[in-house]
Amino acid sequence: MALIELTGVHKTYDMGVEKVHALAGVDLEIEAGDYLAIMGASGSGKSTLMNLLGCLDTPSEGHYLLNGVAVESLVDTELAAIRNREIGFVFQTFNLLPRTSALKNVELPLIYGGQQRRERQRLAMEALERVGLADRMEHQPSELSGGQCQRVAIARALVNGPSILLADEPTGNLDSKTSEEIMQLFDELHRSGNTVILVTHEDDIAEHTRRIVTLRDGLILEDRRSGGQPPGEDAGREAPA
Amino acid sequence: MILTENFRLAFEALRANPMRSILTTLGIIIGSAAVIAVVSIIQGLQFMITQQAQGVGATFAWVLPDTGNQGAGLVARQVKLTWADGQAIQQQVPGVAMITPLIQGIEQVKYRDRQHRPAGVSGVNADYPEVFNHTVDRGRFFTRLDLEHRRKVAVVGQTVVEELRLGDDPIGKEIYVGRIPVTLVGVMEERGQSLGTDQDDQVFLPFDTALTLFGRRAGDQVALSLQAESVEVVDRVKDGIERVLRARHRIPDGQPDDFLVILQDEILSTVNSILGGVTAVIGAVVGIALLVGGIGIMNIMLVSVTERTREIGLRKSVGARRQDILIQFLIEAIILSLVGGVIGLALGYGTGVVVASALPGDWPSAHVPLWAVALAFGFCTFVGVTFGIYPASKAARLDPIEALRYE
Repeated sequence: MALIELTGVHKTYDMGVEKVHALAGVDLEIEAGDYLAIMGASGSGKSTLMNLLGCLDTPSEGHYLLNGVAVESLVDTELAAIRNREIGFVFQTFNLLPRTSALKNVELPLIYGGQQRRERQRLAMEALERVGLADRMEHQPSELSGGQCQRVAIARALVNGPSILLADEPTGNLDSKTSEEIMQLFDELHRSGNTVILVTHEDDIAEHTRRIVTLRDGLILEDRRSGGQPPGEDAGREAPA
Repeated sequence: MILTENFRLAFEALRANPMRSILTTLGIIIGSAAVIAVVSIIQGLQFMITQQAQGVGATFAWVLPDTGNQGAGLVARQVKLTWADGQAIQQQVPGVAMITPLIQGIEQVKYRDRQHRPAGVSGVNADYPEVFNHTVDRGRFFTRLDLEHRRKVAVVGQTVVEELRLGDDPIGKEIYVGRIPVTLVGVMEERGQSLGTDQDDQVFLPFDTALTLFGRRAGDQVALSLQAESVEVVDRVKDGIERVLRARHRIPDGQPDDFLVILQDEILSTVNSILGGVTAVIGAVVGIALLVGGIGIMNIMLVSVTERTREIGLRKSVGARRQDILIQFLIEAIILSLVGGVIGLALGYGTGVVVASALPGDWPSAHVPLWAVALAFGFCTFVGVTFGIYPASKAARLDPIEALRYE
């Protein structure tokens, strides 16, 4: 059984006068350990798809099986628990809590998971070590660079050992050199067995992955397996605007 | 979510904006300061009055001439209450243990070249110490023999001894009260101050001597003070006094009494009901202050929820449930309110202490009962919950997707 199974998923927004079909029947299977990019122009439905995959939202129609659980039938509290255990979010704008140390930021999902203080600290430190920030644990976001902030955010996403790492334009706010470093971190996480899903509109980011799903008008336009090119090969090429 | 984590969060959120937090909670600070200040002063007052009243006991009663019921005063018949009435009460009303007349005036006292004007000169009989539960410290009080022989004797309070510099052995010294020379036979036990009056700045003369001093007409309107034999007979004693005095004063049926019989517990309950009324009025004012304070808290919590929309979105995305967010903001509102309560408590207690010490005389020191503290904290929590619930539920209901996208 696949980790993620979407069948006939629709998402419709009622905008008063007209209904907007953000997703118009998406079928998608994602195996555990896959490394996948969701691409598409703005308005193609990729954000909506990410919100559904991240259990921030439920489909209007169709089925979403995550680890064998039918997500569409869950209530708010159960969705929160799924997000806590199964999903690790990484955002374009990092979304770290200000005036809060890197360690405390990473502990956040563990607090809602009900872990005890000592265990929280141990797991959070481990996660920060994994992203290479062992020496920055007590720093606040304002004292960290953009790349370091995103590493903290990735550590926060990893700390609960989720089934999926879900990154929404994770390099959108970073310069190209830092972007490359962050992508190498994702590559590494993929190699160590994590399922990574990126949402991006940049080809060279998507090129890091092994599978590219392109959306247009709420439907899957293309589902292409790539070779998973080694990073660095297209480092000189600028992404098309 | 772990509760301690919520408290830590709440304090951090308040510390992030210390000035704003203080200003927000100002209404609560003022409200709870007012509660504590007022309660401490009123409680002190009540405490003192009760103690004083308990000093003379529940069997104590006053009989006073009532000049209030004379209509316009043009057809005034002279309202009289004399010591003869008092003696009639003693003989004819069962249950009266002892009774003393009391007339008071102001007179100069002199000892050699020293002069002093005491707070009061009282004419009483030998039962005074027992009726008022006020005993002699040195020497003796005057006796029935002193009274019968119209001896010119006096008993004074400690302040008079000091003011006239009578020394360590004042007994037997001769002083002048007004124009009358008297021999000191005793010094009363010290009582301190009450309601701004020095209770020890007193001179006691035998009733007849006082009449000579104040003039015979002073004997037409005396106050009578008595002790009943027991608490059980107090009401019957009151009825008896009314019967005897109405007969002696020839008051026809249907006419009001020209005297008042006031029992100790009536004085107490009157004082208590007045103080209770004052407390209720101030309580209402305080309630309004706390209401305004609560609205301030609601206002700033709404601002805080809006400011922290993205944080709320993030918390939800990492697994916070609605109730986690609700409790987080509710606790923040309660802490905000309670911090105001604690500051107000300290401020109110300080005010009570300062006011009590600034008032003249021996005003009772500020006395804050535990229930007032509990009430203040309870009310602050109530205000925090009441006015925090709306912003908190607004935060809890936020859609995580929109909250994350909020700029």
